[in-house]
Formats: sequence, structure tokens, C-alpha cells
Amino acid sequence: MWKFLHKLASPPYFYDLSASMIPWFAVPGVLLIAYGTYAGLFLAPPDYQQGDAFRIIYVHVPAAYLSMMAYMVMAVAAGIGLIWRIKLAHAVSAAAAPIGAWFTFLALITGSIWGKPMWGTWWEWGDPRLTSQLIMLFIYFGYMALRAAIDDPGKADKASAVLAMVGAVNIPIIHFSVEWWSSLHQGATIVREGGPAMPPEMLYPLLANILGFTLIFGALLLGRVRSEVLFRERRSRWVRKLLLAEQGKE
Amino acid sequence: MSHANDIPGLWQGFSSLVRREVLLAWKRPGDVLNPLVFFAMVSTLFPLAVGQSEQQLQFSAPGLVWVAALLATLLSLNSLFVSDYEDGSLDQLILSPQPLPMLALAKSVAHWLVSGLPLILVSPLIAFSFKMPSSVIGVMALTLLFGTMSLSLLGAIGAALTVGLHRGTALLSLLILPLAMPILIFGARTVSLAAAGDTTTAGVYFLAAYCMLALTLAPFATAAALRISNE
Repeated sequence: MWKFLHKLASPPYFYDLSASMIPWFAVPGVLLIAYGTYAGLFLAPPDYQQGDAFRIIYVHVPAAYLSMMAYMVMAVAAGIGLIWRIKLAHAVSAAAAPIGAWFTFLALITGSIWGKPMWGTWWEWGDPRLTSQLIMLFIYFGYMALRAAIDDPGKADKASAVLAMVGAVNIPIIHFSVEWWSSLHQGATIVREGGPAMPPEMLYPLLANILGFTLIFGALLLGRVRSEVLFRERRSRWVRKLLLAEQGKE
Repeated sequence: MSHANDIPGLWQGFSSLVRREVLLAWKRPGDVLNPLVFFAMVSTLFPLAVGQSEQQLQFSAPGLVWVAALLATLLSLNSLFVSDYEDGSLDQLILSPQPLPMLALAKSVAHWLVSGLPLILVSPLIAFSFKMPSSVIGVMALTLLFGTMSLSLLGAIGAALTVGLHRGTALLSLLILPLAMPILIFGARTVSLAAAGDTTTAGVYFLAAYCMLALTLAPFATAAALRISNE
């Protein structure tokens, strides 16, 4: 186990392994999203209160969940990189930030599209979860801006890692803000006592999409980490060898 | 352990750094006064922009005071480590036998003494000028107490991360404002609740808890950030 982890942290080994891993994430991810989206849009019955407008949850919930998941990945990778000085972990952290920012953006946009027919407004400041998603987006921006502002890559890695871990303190606050301030937002419907408050025809497509989005996130992350690793190691021997081999093929 | 006696104790190191910071601020009163003047100016701008009807002012005053306090604190945070970085004192702080988190805490405490405390002292004046009920002033001072303390601690992390950078000023706001937003939300809403005559314990407790959390964790992050920035 430890041996494997040590091997994984070596950029050339990771680069080889990840190439074969991406399809394992991407293919089931695409299939699950295809099923989840089709079933969510056509098979699931309309909600008795919200009609067809509820169907946006098939994008909104996975995006909102991944906006936090991506942050967790980013912060944990940053912590690993800072504590054990593993460069690959910093690359993961750097690669996760833009993806997370996009999912946050997607969650905000879909939330506001849903809010228009439901609340009668595109944006509701009274809802803490909307607001905290916006804060989340700003935290992602801050992280990326700090990284961009520091010229020395090693220093940028470490400084942004500290920021990522400090920002991680905000995630529980985001999560519990729903309960702390009375809000317009839907309470949690999947994870709660007495089982989910949703009929299975509605629930299964949602779960499929959550899993599918997660797998696609994994595939995107691996792809981004690969290019990040290539860029960082651009002066190393194995990258040069790789390039020569590529040129030899042509 | 013969040399152990030569090293000043933890408390001595802490208090002498606080004293140095406060003394430096005392010698350069502009650094202390500018954020205060800024606070008063922003508070003056709002009635001019929003309108002067009593109801409107009372309604927006809690948020306004809080936004002004947040911005004023950020303004003074910018220079927290800059002069130390430029004249080499920061190297000395890092090399000193005192634990760096303790010194980072001392910097934050000193920053609060010269920026947060004056804000709290000025805030009743602003509350009166906005015709807020006098019962609110205690709660407002209390929320500002925990809030500005948390800001000094949290902001020190940002200041430490951006200390050597050319574009540090705008970046610091981008890093700290989102993290400070829970303080703003709870601070302003608690004051609004107090103005409406509701109970405010939950908000005050939250801010106190946030402050305690920042007090325990932030100095370590600041110390780590200082080490990274000063490499």
C-alpha cells in the first residue's frame, strides 16, 4: 500500500497510470449522466408542487455537491502537499480549482434559473445557501488569483495550500448555514431520517447523475493533473523522452 | 540547559512585540487615524447616497456600520507585515527562539489594539448619527469586538500570504473578504435584530465562537504563511 502510494507520487508513473484510468471514469460517467438526464427529464413524474420546474435538480444538485467535493479534493491535496511535500499533490490542488469554480458557477446559474419560477426572483439574498455558494466562488477566485500572483511555482504551491486549508474552515459553515438562518431554500431531502422524501422514479436519476458527475469530475481532474504535471516537469528527462517518442511515431 | 536563561520567556516575547507594535503606531499616528477617518467618511457617504429619511437610515445603519468597519480593517491590514518585510525585522521574528505562531498572535493583537479598538470606540457616535436606538449600542460594540478581533486574526493570514507581492493590495481583499463574510453576515444581522428588539444571543455567540476559532487556528496559519512568503 505504502509502496504503491510512493510510486503514485512520482510524476512519470502517475502520468502513465492516469492515461489508462481516465476511460474508467469517463465512460461510466457519460453513461450514468445519459441515463440520469433522460430518466430525469422524461420518465420521472412531475412534482406535485413544482411541476416540471423541479427537473433542474438533475443538474443543480450534482453541480452544487461537486462544487464542495472539488474544494475538499483541493484542500486535502493541498494539505498533503504541504505536510509531506509531495509535488504531485500540489498539482492536483491546482488542477481541481478551476473545475470546482465552474461547478460552483453552474450551481449558481441553475439555482437562479430555478429560482425565477419558484421564488419569482433570479436572486434571493435571503437564502444563505445561494449566498454561500457565491462566497465559495469568490474563494475559488482568491485561490486562483493568489496562485497566479506568485511567480515562483514552489512558493505559489505552498502559499495557496495554506489559503485552501484556511478556506476549508468555511465549508462546514456553508453547510450548516442552511440550518442556522431560516431560509427559503429546500431542506435536505436525500439524506435525512426516515428515508428520502422523494419517490424512487425521481430519486434514481438524481443519484445516477450525482455519481455520473462525480466520475466526470474525476476524469476531468485526471486530465488536468496530467497536463499540469507535463508543464511542471517540462525540463525533466522523462518528459523529453516522451516527446521524442511521440515525434518518433510520426 | 545553561543558555535557556538567556532566552526571554513566552509572555515576555509576546508582550514586548505587542508593545513595539503599539509604540510604532503611536509614533506614526497617521497609520492609525487614516482607517478611522475612512470609517467615518464611508459612514458619512451612505446617508448622502441613500437618502436622509430617518426610517431608511435606521434600517440600513447596522449593515452600513459593518461594511465600513470591514473595509477600514482591510485598509489597515495591508501594511501589517510590509515594513517588517522591507527592513528585515520579519527575518528576525522568524529566526527568533520564540514560537512564530505566538509572535503572529502578538502582531494580530497589536493590530486589533490600534485598529479594531478605536473603531469600537467610534461606533456609538455613528450609531447616534444614524438615530439608532441607544439599546443597540451595547450589542453593536459587542459584535464589533468579536468581529474586528476575528478580522485582525484572519486578515493577518492574508497579509502574510501577500507580503512580498507587488500586487498585494487588491489581492488581500480578494483573499480575505470571502472568508470574512460570515462575520459580516452575523455581525450585521445581529445588530439589526437588536434594533428590532429581538434576542441577539445566537448571533453574539456565533461571533464569539468564530473569534475563538480564529484565535486558536489563525496564528498557526499566519506563521506558516510568513515562513513561505519569506523564503
